Amino acid sequence: MGREDLYMNIIEKLKYLSETVAVAGFEKDAAEKVADLFKGYSAHVEVDRFFNVRCLKKGTDEKAKKLMITAHLDEIGFLVRSIDDKGFIGIVNVGGIDSKILLAQEVVIHGKQNITGIIGATPPHLLKAEDAGKALKISDLYVDTGYGGEELKKLVSVGDTVSFKSKVSVMNDSKASGKAFDNRASVVCLLEILEILKDFNHENDIIFVASTQEETSMVGVKTASYALLPDAAIVIDTCHGDIPDLSKDCSSTPGKGPEISIGPNLHPGMVNKMFELGKEYSIPCQKMVEAGDTGTEAWATQVSRTGIPTALLSVPVRYMHTAVETVSIEDIKYTARLAAEFAKISSIQLEKLA
Amino acid sequence: MLIKELTDLNGVSGNEKEVRDFILNKINNLCDSIKVDSIGNIIAYKSGKSSKQEKLKVMLSAHMDEVGFIVSGHTEKGFVKFKAVGGIDDRILPGKRVAAGKKRLAGVIGSKPIHQQDKDERNKITKIKNLYIDIGADSKEEAEKLAPLGEFISFDSEFTELGRDCIKAKALDDRVGCAVLIEVLKHSFDFDMYVCFTVQEEVGLRGAQVAAYRVMPDVALVLEGTTCADVPEVEPYECSTILGNGAALTIVDRTCYCDKEMVSFLSGVAKKNNIRFQYKQTTTGGNDAGQIQRTGTGVKTASISVPCRYIHSPVSVMSRSDFESVERLTLAALNEMNRDREFLKNLTKVN
Repeated sequence: MGREDLYMNIIEKLKYLSETVAVAGFEKDAAEKVADLFKGYSAHVEVDRFFNVRCLKKGTDEKAKKLMITAHLDEIGFLVRSIDDKGFIGIVNVGGIDSKILLAQEVVIHGKQNITGIIGATPPHLLKAEDAGKALKISDLYVDTGYGGEELKKLVSVGDTVSFKSKVSVMNDSKASGKAFDNRASVVCLLEILEILKDFNHENDIIFVASTQEETSMVGVKTASYALLPDAAIVIDTCHGDIPDLSKDCSSTPGKGPEISIGPNLHPGMVNKMFELGKEYSIPCQKMVEAGDTGTEAWATQVSRTGIPTALLSVPVRYMHTAVETVSIEDIKYTARLAAEFAKISSIQLEKLA
Repeated sequence: MLIKELTDLNGVSGNEKEVRDFILNKINNLCDSIKVDSIGNIIAYKSGKSSKQEKLKVMLSAHMDEVGFIVSGHTEKGFVKFKAVGGIDDRILPGKRVAAGKKRLAGVIGSKPIHQQDKDERNKITKIKNLYIDIGADSKEEAEKLAPLGEFISFDSEFTELGRDCIKAKALDDRVGCAVLIEVLKHSFDFDMYVCFTVQEEVGLRGAQVAAYRVMPDVALVLEGTTCADVPEVEPYECSTILGNGAALTIVDRTCYCDKEMVSFLSGVAKKNNIRFQYKQTTTGGNDAGQIQRTGTGVKTASISVPCRYIHSPVSVMSRSDFESVERLTLAALNEMNRDREFLKNLTKVN
C-alpha cells in the first residue's frame, strides 16, 4: 500500500469513528459499531455489560501470557437539563468541558430524532459591565434548536444526550481536526495494531479493549481489567499537543510519535522496552514525565486485582476536549506500530519484563 | 436555495470578489447597465418605465461583505496570528473552524485545553490578540506559504436548516439583503432604480458611502440582517427584534435616524398587505443607511431588516418567514411607490 493509500485508510477510519457518538455512559450504539470493526480481525469479539468492547486475538503459545491493550471509546458531551417554553434547552456537561469553547458551537441533541442546535448566550452588548471579560458558566448557556417549546418537548426529554457536531477536516495533508479524537484516534490505533498483527504469529494472547466511561469514572476499564486479569497492559490515550499556551513539559509535538510516559503510574520494565523497540524499529517517540496520576486508564489499570504492569502510549492531540481536536496522522501510525512491536514479543520476554 | 448559495460564499470586508462574481452572474440579464466601481460595489441600474422627464432615483442597497479575519503574522512553530475584520465577539472564537484564502484551507482557532488551565484562566476570556489559528503547518515558513500575510480568513460553517422555520449559516448579515435585491431586480418600476451591492459595510459603511455619492439618489432603502436577542435572560425591551415576528423596521440606530415618513409609509404598506412587521426596539447596531442618508444634500432613507440571532458569528439564525416578510414588504413598498406617483414626489420635496 502506498503512503497516500495508508493515509486515506487511517483518515477514513478516524472520520467514521469521530462521527460516531458515544457520550460517556451512553456508549451502547457506538460499542456495537466498534465491535463490528473488530470482527474483521477476530472471531472472539464481545460487548460486556458496561459496553466495553473486547476482542481476543489468540496467541500461538498454549501457556501464553495475556497482554491487554485498551483505548477508551467514550467522549465528553452533555445531557439535557431543562427545556423552556420558548424552546431553549439547558445543558449539563459529561466530562470536563471548557465553557469558553461553547459559544456558537453546534451540537446534536439525541432526542426521538437527532436535532441540530447551536449554543448561545446573552449577546455581548447586553452583558452587565462587571460580567464583561468573564467566562460564562455552562449553566448560563442554552441550546437553540429553532423549534418552539411545545414541539420541542415532544422530541426532546430531560436526560437526552447532546454531542458536539463537528465534521473531520484534513489540514495541510498531514493532520486532521474533529471531535472526539480523544480517544477515537486511539481506537483507530487498536484497529491499526490488529491490521499489523493480522498475519503475525504472536505467542501471547492479545486482548483489545475499547472501554467506556473513561471521561467520568473509568468504570469501563476498571471492570474490564478485573474481568480479563491480564499479565500486562498497554493503555493508549491522547496527550496534549504543543501549542503556544503550553510549556514543553506538559505537551508533545505532533508528528514526532507517541508520548511514552514515565513515572510511578507506569511499569519501568515495560516503559524501557517501549523505548528500546522504538529505537530498534526506528519509530519516533517522545518522553513525558508524570509525577503521579496520568489522568488516564493506566491509573485504574495498574491497581486492578493484584496489580497489572502497565505502560501508557499517548497520541498528541491539540485542543483536547474541544470540537476541533487536532491530530497528526503519522502519530496514529507510529503509536500503532510501537504497540504492535510490543505485542509481538515472546511470552518469556513479557514475563521477564513484567 | 439562494440564501444557501450566498452564505456558502466567502466575502470578508475588502475581499468580496467571490460574492460579487456570483451576484453579477445572477443579475446580468436583469438590468440596463451594471457598474463595478473602484472600491468594488456593484451598481445595477434599471431604467424607469415612465417617459416623464422628472424621474426620481430610488437606491436599494445591501452589503456583500461579512465579518471575518485577516492574517497578521506567523509564529516560529507555524501558527497563524490574525486580526478581526469587523465586529466579532472574542468569546465565540476558541475552538471554531475557519477557512483560509481562496482554497479555503481548513484551520481551527486554538484554545488551551481545560486540563491545563488554572482557576484564573478558566474564568477569563482570551482576547483576539492572544488567539491563533492552526492550519496544520509545522514551521513558520510553511505557515507563511499556506496563509501569507494579508490572507483573508472566513468562518467555516455550513448552511443548515434548524427546526421548522429556521436557518443557520454564517454571513446572513447581509446575504439576506443581497438575496432580496436579486429578487427585486426581476421587477420593473416607473422610477429609476439603482440596486447597489456594497462592500466594506462591516468596517465602517465604506462601500455605501461612495456608491451613494455616485448614484445621488432621492430615496434609499437598505436591506439588512439585524440583531435579535430574544433569548433567555434578556428583558423583552432589550431583545431588539423577535425571531418570527416579521420584517424589522428601524426607527433609529447608532448610525441613522430613518426617515419618519418612510417608516410610516413602510408600516402602512405592511399593514395593507398583511405582512408581519416589527419595530427594532433597541438603538444598537448600524448599517449602510447611516452613510447613504447623509450623502450630498441628504437622502430620504429607511431600513428593512431580517432579524438574525447570533449575528456576526458562524452560526447566525434567521426565520424563513421573516425573510419572506422582508422580501414581500420590499416589493410591496416599491409597487406602492409606483402606484402612488405623488408619494415619492412629496417625500423628496424640500419644505
